[in-house]
Amino acid sequence: MVAAARSFDEVLLEVRRISLAFGGVKALTDISFDIRKGEIRAIIGPNGAGKTSMLNVINGFYHPQEGEIVFKGETRKAMRPHKAAKQGIARTFQNVALFKGMSTLDNIMTGRLLKMRSNVVLQALYWGPNEREEIRHRAFCEQIIDFLEIQAIRKTPVGKLPYGLQKRVELARALAMEPELLLLDEPMAGMNVEEKEDMSRFILDVNEHFGTTIALIEHDMGVVMDLSDRVVVLDYGRKLADGTPDEVRANQEVIDAYLGVAH
Amino acid sequence: MFYRETGQFKTSYAADQSIFPILQDKIGVLLILAIAICVVPFVADNYLLETIFVPVLVFSMAAIGLNILTGYCGQLSLGTGGFMACGAFFSYKLATAFPELNIVLVFLLAGAGTAVVGVLFGLPSLRIKGFYLAVATLAAQFFLVWMFNKFGWWTNYSASGVISAPPREIFGIVVTGSGATPVVKYLFLLFAVALLALVAKNLVRSRIGRSWMAIRDMDIAAEIIGIRPLVAKLSAFAISSFYIGVAGALWAFVYTGSVEALAFEINRSFQVLFMIILGGLGSILGSFLGAIFIVLLPIALNVGMLAIDSTISVALVSHIEFMVFGALIIFFLIVEPHGLARLWQIGKEKLRLWPFPY
Repeated sequence: MVAAARSFDEVLLEVRRISLAFGGVKALTDISFDIRKGEIRAIIGPNGAGKTSMLNVINGFYHPQEGEIVFKGETRKAMRPHKAAKQGIARTFQNVALFKGMSTLDNIMTGRLLKMRSNVVLQALYWGPNEREEIRHRAFCEQIIDFLEIQAIRKTPVGKLPYGLQKRVELARALAMEPELLLLDEPMAGMNVEEKEDMSRFILDVNEHFGTTIALIEHDMGVVMDLSDRVVVLDYGRKLADGTPDEVRANQEVIDAYLGVAH
Repeated sequence: MFYRETGQFKTSYAADQSIFPILQDKIGVLLILAIAICVVPFVADNYLLETIFVPVLVFSMAAIGLNILTGYCGQLSLGTGGFMACGAFFSYKLATAFPELNIVLVFLLAGAGTAVVGVLFGLPSLRIKGFYLAVATLAAQFFLVWMFNKFGWWTNYSASGVISAPPREIFGIVVTGSGATPVVKYLFLLFAVALLALVAKNLVRSRIGRSWMAIRDMDIAAEIIGIRPLVAKLSAFAISSFYIGVAGALWAFVYTGSVEALAFEINRSFQVLFMIILGGLGSILGSFLGAIFIVLLPIALNVGMLAIDSTISVALVSHIEFMVFGALIIFFLIVEPHGLARLWQIGKEKLRLWPFPY
């Protein structure tokens, strides 16, 4: 079933003419697109197209040589990742990047770090204001734990969890940041069909419940076409197409990029 | 049979987040504390207090400090000896320059001074990691010990380079220097270590502790979440150095009473590092277990060998001691790389089921 197309007007993030090169290798060339508030935006493309580089530029890991990014009306050329986090950009990784030595709950609690205010002295004393703050944030994390159905593993060290659950914990950690923009780098890589269905449901729920804007990279075209409101296609660091799933699907250049062309 | 958490339901997050969520643990720790305060001072003789209890407590403090930096924040450091020397000499200068200053305040200030030094030597950690950082902290070790040796100002120009802790009182009881009785030393250390261990535990289960562990486990992801590596790493260096500095001050003032810079040579750094590796990285309990193990093992070996054959030569005893000590460390690392704290945890899990197999 295809839901009626949703429309969004307010631009949350705009990427303007970004070019990124590593030495002589051009990872991204002159890319512009926007992400609107509340939508699910997919970034697709064949391997090595520059999708992950694009996410890295957005959340401050890579600093593009040219172009700028406008987030919530604020223009920037480059910033550190923790600044991006402060502005409300959260992210998950292609290969899970959890804190392996910590429990699920602690991992999610780290997502609340920027929201916590107690100073070192209060933390050293623990009881009193710090404990109240811990409990307040714990309660919030428990909501996310309930939401993603990971109650049973809250005290388990994440290193011991199977891959699918680790991905879910990583999503939980990103959600704990209450981000305005959530970047998901291949949230369904290496999952079986059931896990993919679960994850898709969570992504839709997150979008609907929290109103979080989501930009995701995914290789599973079925998932991309079903979930996303708009799709941008990259190939060899260039933008091939941008539009609704149906438009992109019909685009000849996209078909060529994916299937190859006879020369 | 007695160690069951069945039926201990937590109805609030506060209860779930307490230091010892399991009732038996809480009872156990309180029992140990009660014994340490009420029984040990009366039962243990001076020899036992001076050779085992006092050094274990001082080393525990240093091990907690290093564990914060290495175990929790993942920054390998070989500068522990140098930072202990800082604490010792800072407190000596403070105590002699301002005789009226309360000795507790002297220790805290010496710790704070060491924290500043620690932050300075921690700056390279922003660029380098792992073994390379360890080598950089070696610089701290050698430079600091050299400095305290080289400049007579630090020892108030004592000819031998040895500093003797001046006697200072708390509530009219002498706690520092050679005049203090072992029982007083022990109780003072017990109080100080228990209090600071509690503070350390509180820190590592709060926001700052989580930011250290995040940096340790995956610094890239930590940055994504909004942790500033600069702040997290340097705060770990500062707080770790504070503990190590206080440990050094306690070493000079309470444990030995007089000390020279050479007491804080590189061997001291390794000793504390072994304690946290054997005890358990990233565990406050492990710091204590490691300190107990490393202090106790040579003494136990010594006593054991002399008990077997009392005619054995002292030189031979110390040689065998070294060999067995080394072999045991290797054995432990192979059997349980996560240290005694992990063994304790496994033991507890077994105990939960006992006497049933599963």
